[in-house]
Amino acid sequence: MATTSQRVALPPVEQSWLARLFDWKPFLVVLCMAPCVGLLVVFLTYPLGLGIWLGFTDTRIGRPGEWIGLENYISLLQDDTYLMAVWWTFFYTFVATILKFVLGLWLALLLNHHLPFKSFIRAIILIPWIVPTVLSAIAFWWIYDPQFSIISYVLVDKLGLFDQYIDFLGDTWNARWSLIAANVWRGIPFVAICLLAGLQTISPSLYEAAMIDGASSWQRFWHITLPMLMPILAVVLTFSVIFTFTDFQLVYAITRGGPANSTHLMATLAFQRAIPGGQLGEGAAIAVSMIPFLVFATVFSYFALARRKWQQGGKDD
Amino acid sequence: MTEAAATTAPTSVTERSGPIEWASLPRRMVTVYLPLACFVVVLLFPFYWMTITTFKSNEELYDYKNYNPFWVSSPTLANINKLLFQTDYPSWLVTTMTVAVVSTALSIFASVLAAYAIQRLRFKGSQWVGLAIYLAYLVPPSILFIPLATMVFQLGLFDSPMALILTYPTFLVPFCTWLLIGYFKSIPYELEECALIDGATRLQILWKITLPLAVPGLISAGIFAFTLSWNEFIYALAFIQSAEKKTVPVAVLTQLVEGDVYHWGSLMAGALLGSIPVAIFYSFFVEYYVSSLTGAVKE
Repeated sequence: MATTSQRVALPPVEQSWLARLFDWKPFLVVLCMAPCVGLLVVFLTYPLGLGIWLGFTDTRIGRPGEWIGLENYISLLQDDTYLMAVWWTFFYTFVATILKFVLGLWLALLLNHHLPFKSFIRAIILIPWIVPTVLSAIAFWWIYDPQFSIISYVLVDKLGLFDQYIDFLGDTWNARWSLIAANVWRGIPFVAICLLAGLQTISPSLYEAAMIDGASSWQRFWHITLPMLMPILAVVLTFSVIFTFTDFQLVYAITRGGPANSTHLMATLAFQRAIPGGQLGEGAAIAVSMIPFLVFATVFSYFALARRKWQQGGKDD
Repeated sequence: MTEAAATTAPTSVTERSGPIEWASLPRRMVTVYLPLACFVVVLLFPFYWMTITTFKSNEELYDYKNYNPFWVSSPTLANINKLLFQTDYPSWLVTTMTVAVVSTALSIFASVLAAYAIQRLRFKGSQWVGLAIYLAYLVPPSILFIPLATMVFQLGLFDSPMALILTYPTFLVPFCTWLLIGYFKSIPYELEECALIDGATRLQILWKITLPLAVPGLISAGIFAFTLSWNEFIYALAFIQSAEKKTVPVAVLTQLVEGDVYHWGSLMAGALLGSIPVAIFYSFFVEYYVSSLTGAVKE
């Protein structure tokens, strides 16, 4: 081996120092990681730290702030609008996530049947998720119009279920449920397609064995589908929770936090205070106050992933 | 119910030879096709409504008594015409396209190198770097936009598309890197070993062997990044001020609403025309979308 390699490499290629540098692993690693790490450190890590720092200052647009300690947080704790936003953010996340998962799982189970035009159906179902959120939110805004809502038209004029047109966005709770409906509408495709991918990895022989043993369809779902789907479900759930919790576009496009600030999420309230309001410090404090929940969700996600690896390594099947 | 299932199940098990199809057609109608049809109708209705509103004239739009709202009796291009020639819509479209393409290219470049380093060069601590990048994906723009706004202002990039091109990679790079790490994993390492023995340098291997094999992965990452940047809203809302430099999602929402009068026809036309490029793009690459979406989650 040594002799052949010597013979083959006889003309010792005079490698320039540059070529040798590019084949030197530590240099190559640094070179390859530089663009990615550079971008992320400058535009992600640094702003994250800067945001936390801004939360402790009274910075306004065009005026550098001074350190004021916890003052922003203390005043926020006495701010009813903020407390309402926190409560509503949790409620929105909780209800929307549950609905998205129940309906998304149902849709995934439906798509897992043998259907004609299956890939076509799968393709059109993903459309709500592909189209820019704000643009579909504008369509919802129009659907929720107080005077010309098509839902009101059908319910009142065609079916006669109500006496008068529904004021979707003018009433606090109507507006809240309308936003949840729009969020669920947009989230279902993502959940369904991800869970469908999970469903397709479940071996049909498990179901056949269960059927021979006389398991009902509910038992098959509860004892086979759900446990087998759990790892992927946990990851999709974490993603969905994080992105619903920090949602901005839907609320900003449909209600802008109204009526009377009752539908402000923490993200929209932070924007409202920081950019049009000019109170960068206060806005940053609101945004930073989302971090504890996100850390909690991320840690949860990490352990869900770790558990999956353990499952894969521990058991072959 | 359970008894009936118990009595019918054995016969069907003995008869069938293919995949399980135990339900009769009427039953399948009610349990599968009907709910599925409902899902499809509900999921697509807003787009239908958007499209039909775009082509309605104003008198038809606000008159449900004399016209059937679910159909257009006399389609008109007035709304699209107004959008294209009386607003800055073409320049919004160009800005959005430029920002999406450039930030996607930048992100793919950074991600390919990073994914290659993490997955193939395997330096000490590469796992932790991979984890850090995964965590970076979970940092939402809603938290970052305020400090980024101050940075953008200090760098003198406020109201410039450059601000968007530089900030979009914050959510594109983690996603693409993550996707490509998974993709590189699926390429046999032996191919690279052969090339190394033949005396190729690492960069030659990346350029001539790994990248050509990773083309499907690159396409997945690219189209996903493009869609994500087309979709982006909060940075574009916060960093761009002048009307003609806005991106389509922001401009439709902020420029087409004049005071309290909503011109629903042109608003819907704006939403429709803004969705079409993504929809066309999507229709060409559906399979890549599905694979990258599910691949990213499985990884």
